[in-house]
Amino acid sequence: MVLVALLTGGLFLPQWAMFIVTIAFAKALVALGLMILLRAGLISFGQALYYCLGAYAAGALGRFLGIADIFVQMLAGAAAAGIAAFILGFLLAKYRGIFFGLLSLALSMILYGLLVKNETLGSTDGFNILPSTLFGTRPGPAWVRYAVLASAAVVSLGLALVVHRYLRTPLGRLAPAIKDNEIRVEYMGASARYAVHVIYVVAAVLAGVGGALAATTVGHIDPDMAFWTTSGEFIFITILAGTGSVVAPFAGALIYEIIHTTAYDLSPNTWQLSLGAALLIIIVFLPQGLWSLVSKMSTRYARHP
Amino acid sequence: MDGTIYSAWLFTAALGLTLIYGVMKIVNVTHGSFYALGAYAGASLTGAWLAAGYPPMLSYVVLLVAAVLVAIVVAPLIERGILRFMYAKDEVVILLITYALFLILEDVIKLIWGVNPYFIAEPYALLGSFEVGGLAYPTYNLILVLLALVSGVGLMWLLHSTRVGKLLVAVIHDPEVSRAMGINVHRYYLATFTFGSLLAALAGAFTAPTVSVVPGLGVEIIVLSFAVVVIGGLGSLPGAALGAVIVGVVRSVSVHYWPAVELFVIYFVMAMVLAFRPRGLFSLAEPRKI
Repeated sequence: MVLVALLTGGLFLPQWAMFIVTIAFAKALVALGLMILLRAGLISFGQALYYCLGAYAAGALGRFLGIADIFVQMLAGAAAAGIAAFILGFLLAKYRGIFFGLLSLALSMILYGLLVKNETLGSTDGFNILPSTLFGTRPGPAWVRYAVLASAAVVSLGLALVVHRYLRTPLGRLAPAIKDNEIRVEYMGASARYAVHVIYVVAAVLAGVGGALAATTVGHIDPDMAFWTTSGEFIFITILAGTGSVVAPFAGALIYEIIHTTAYDLSPNTWQLSLGAALLIIIVFLPQGLWSLVSKMSTRYARHP
Repeated sequence: MDGTIYSAWLFTAALGLTLIYGVMKIVNVTHGSFYALGAYAGASLTGAWLAAGYPPMLSYVVLLVAAVLVAIVVAPLIERGILRFMYAKDEVVILLITYALFLILEDVIKLIWGVNPYFIAEPYALLGSFEVGGLAYPTYNLILVLLALVSGVGLMWLLHSTRVGKLLVAVIHDPEVSRAMGINVHRYYLATFTFGSLLAALAGAFTAPTVSVVPGLGVEIIVLSFAVVVIGGLGSLPGAALGAVIVGVVRSVSVHYWPAVELFVIYFVMAMVLAFRPRGLFSLAEPRKI
């Protein structure tokens, strides 16, 4: 039902709004990954690594193989990010707290350093991406935005449902336990390392899909996608949204994009100031994120219908 | 030689970061802002000084004054105004708070100084240059090395040979017991934060003549200082020195022999150190707390 609403609603959106919504979907997927990491008490300051990897995987498909199908691109993004995270996960799954954040930061800066100096991939300028196709058909210019938006909606909803299910599996429920007391988790016979590894790979796959989606939407990719400020942006969205529900990152990303666009429009020199102030206010007054407002209201409603 | 200069510059910038982490357990992203603030203040004050026709030789003093001004005005504001309410929170949350402050300060800088670059090349060119092995180096670079040495040795002396420093070491080891012993821990936190920020502002102010001062200055320095501090071990002064030397040498070697990996190699070293010695090369054993 949500999907139908999104798809029909999307038809009436102006082009620029379609763009914002699609980008919000892309960022929400990354934030969704960060959210499940955050449930385990882990904050990755390098999620841009997988975002950028997904984008470049999608871009490379178009540049070297001439494939521009949206779904193939997203798959490629997911695969690239997933494989990288599986390998790096053996290393990162041991780390907690500040060291997890710093190591993931270092890894994403490594990718940045590599891309900046890589001439075939366009160095600091990056490169453009072919206009997307959908199952071999090429939608007309008026429809490209909508086609991308629709595929983004379908994929995001699907992934959100999968994550929603996952959070209710024993492995998914282990994450908050790791945050609370990892040693007890180990005493109960569960492997915290294994759980963190799985969570890390899932988060990376989500970020890879998000990156591929952002690449096709914007039509251009560059190494800044791996810079640490990009990771900061995702963390901002995640903290803004909170970890209450899989819907939260989507709402958070949309709000973020709207704030970002309007603030940038109104005063290009102070939008970071408003973002920083918003982040501070949320950390201090709403440590569970905006979603805690929604869940508070729904419990109140349940008590006094 | 390039390596030495680069190391010296990195060391000054990273020293304050490691000091603040060592004492307050804060991974301080705002450090980058102080660097940028120092650079801007240095650039505009020195610009005004030179424009007024005062002797250019004293412009180095003006740079120093600019850094001190920045640190004394802004650092207590942040520590007293915001950070002191946050000490009870998780390390990672405090990291996010300093990140938020960093975003705010970035724009404050743009609001005050605008987005146009500032150039003050006079202090840089003033001292002439000297030759090493047929290559000319500006003498100004020696000032950077001197600054690094003075701040490093000075901080060591302060910590190990003065009453204040010894009390500070006590605070590092156990803030709670120190408080019970009658040490005003909050005052030490304030002093540490101000002093650490001063080091960042100094590094910024003295770098200002060598580069064009543009927005986004702090964004780059902060990850580099993180790399330095992490390589050496968070919160360790000799560690920061070692980290700066490693990064400086590795970078200049790669610039000379294989420029394509310049940026990559710094973070690669950081990742390697984290992978094998997560707490850095100079870390002490830490008791596991259940």
